[in-house]
Amino acid sequence: MRRGNIWLWSMAVLIYAFLYIPLAIVVLYSFNDSRLNAEWVGFTLSWYQALFNNTEMLTAARNSLIIAFSASLGATVLGTMAGLAIHRYKLKVLPILVFTPVAMPEILLGVSLLLFFLQVLNLTLGMVSIIIAHTTFCIGFVAIIVRARLQGMDESLFEAARDLGASRWQTFRLVTLPLIMPAVVAGALMSFTLSIDDFVITFFTKGVGEPILPIQIYTMIKVAVTPEVNAISTLLMLLTLVMIIIAARLESRASSGRVKMPREIVKQ
Amino acid sequence: MIKEAPRENRAARYLVSGPPLLFLVVFFVAPTLIMILTSFRFPGEFGGLAPIAAPAEKISGEYGFTPEAYQFFFSDVLYAKIFLKSFGVALATTLICLIMAYPLALLIARSEKRFRNLMVLLVVLPFASNFLIRIYAWMIILGPESAFSHFVNAILGAFGLAPVTLLFSPFAVLVGMVYVHLPFMILPLYTNLEKHDASLLDAAQDLGATAWQRFWRVTWPLSLPGVFSGSALVFIPVLGMFAVPDILGGTGDILIGNLIKDQFLGTRDWPFGSALSIMLTLAVLSVAGLATWFARSATGQRA
Repeated sequence: MRRGNIWLWSMAVLIYAFLYIPLAIVVLYSFNDSRLNAEWVGFTLSWYQALFNNTEMLTAARNSLIIAFSASLGATVLGTMAGLAIHRYKLKVLPILVFTPVAMPEILLGVSLLLFFLQVLNLTLGMVSIIIAHTTFCIGFVAIIVRARLQGMDESLFEAARDLGASRWQTFRLVTLPLIMPAVVAGALMSFTLSIDDFVITFFTKGVGEPILPIQIYTMIKVAVTPEVNAISTLLMLLTLVMIIIAARLESRASSGRVKMPREIVKQ
Repeated sequence: MIKEAPRENRAARYLVSGPPLLFLVVFFVAPTLIMILTSFRFPGEFGGLAPIAAPAEKISGEYGFTPEAYQFFFSDVLYAKIFLKSFGVALATTLICLIMAYPLALLIARSEKRFRNLMVLLVVLPFASNFLIRIYAWMIILGPESAFSHFVNAILGAFGLAPVTLLFSPFAVLVGMVYVHLPFMILPLYTNLEKHDASLLDAAQDLGATAWQRFWRVTWPLSLPGVFSGSALVFIPVLGMFAVPDILGGTGDILIGNLIKDQFLGTRDWPFGSALSIMLTLAVLSVAGLATWFARSATGQRA
């Protein structure tokens, strides 16, 4: 091995350690039998027990799941349409509107939506305003993923379907949609994770009513840090990990399997 | 190309692009315009906004439109200082991220193909955990009773220096910023470095270039587009970040984001908060424009 490589490898190990050690500490201390996150005392599951007896936290988790589910559903439908439209047609305005919310600091979207909800819609802030806000910033992520998949595909597949007499809708349902499905699912999972995790935009559009998970976590961190935060963090990491594994599975299955013509179109 | 009647094509086009366009016009364009409008109004007596039209029974009082919020911004040097400080933090975060990300991105790009995806996944994985949790982790590590704090202070003590508090300091803010944004630098750099043609380096070596020259004269200039896009992806979100200084910083570590947050959830001066948001938008747009321009001219030289 060359000397340069050793240098690169040691840097890489250090950076991976920098990325993982903090999270490992959070997980470790969630099992620590001490109120202080300072030194290891002994193993306990009491922080998880406390968490499951904390009704406000459970309500917050339920609310966040409802929000994430609704927002990712909306963002997936609209984002897939946007991805298709941007790929297929020469559009000027739509790409700007779709990709800008992804690129700009979240606080700007949070502030403008807060003002809009309160002034124009006269909406009481709560679940609905959060769902709308999350949908708005997730559309771009879905569109990016769907568009990337379309860019890697052979246009002749769609032309063949059209030449064989499939209508526009048939082409979409029987050829395009099955082909982009892995990207659509990946986009949905990504939106779900982004929504569950989002703090900044939720913070501005939350109102005062229902407890929401990231806000609960924030309050716990700011007001009274107990290892209960570590426990909820560990569970959330587990959830994200499961989502990523599902997404990776879907992607590898999609890329390894050859493109098969759906049976219905062959019959026609 | 798909041949078909132009009318059918147009109908399909509106059907596909219409719904997302409509949604984003209502929930992205309209709110942005409202924010611009708000920045030119008077604050209300009890927070919020004063009415645009004068109340019939009252002639005095503030209503209508005014550039007061912007005048206020430029009247006190404090706000310019906070903007400058935010730019400084964003610049420092970007540079530290670049220095840390480059070797790793280079290593991943030069590894065997079958390891690359795994190595990239290992970079993305911690980034997928909750944003607040990643900040909270540093609260534990930098806390006054933590092993790390004791270690740092023991070293400082050995050199006869006074012990320091790591948490709630500018140092903690910087560490948190770097930790939260590092993957944004690694990924674009890797995407760029992965495309480099290895034979260029071989050619340079054959012509007698040292390892350092091969890096500085070949790899680095070719990677500039990746450097600029990564830098923009780190710089822009750091500029508007309020959660990291809010959790890891002390009372003096206020950045633009915290200032904006306070206008909406603390003092409730909406016009001033909107004006600050617009200044931030302008700053972001100019940084993004600058990064695009640099990236273009960097690739243009070689074309």
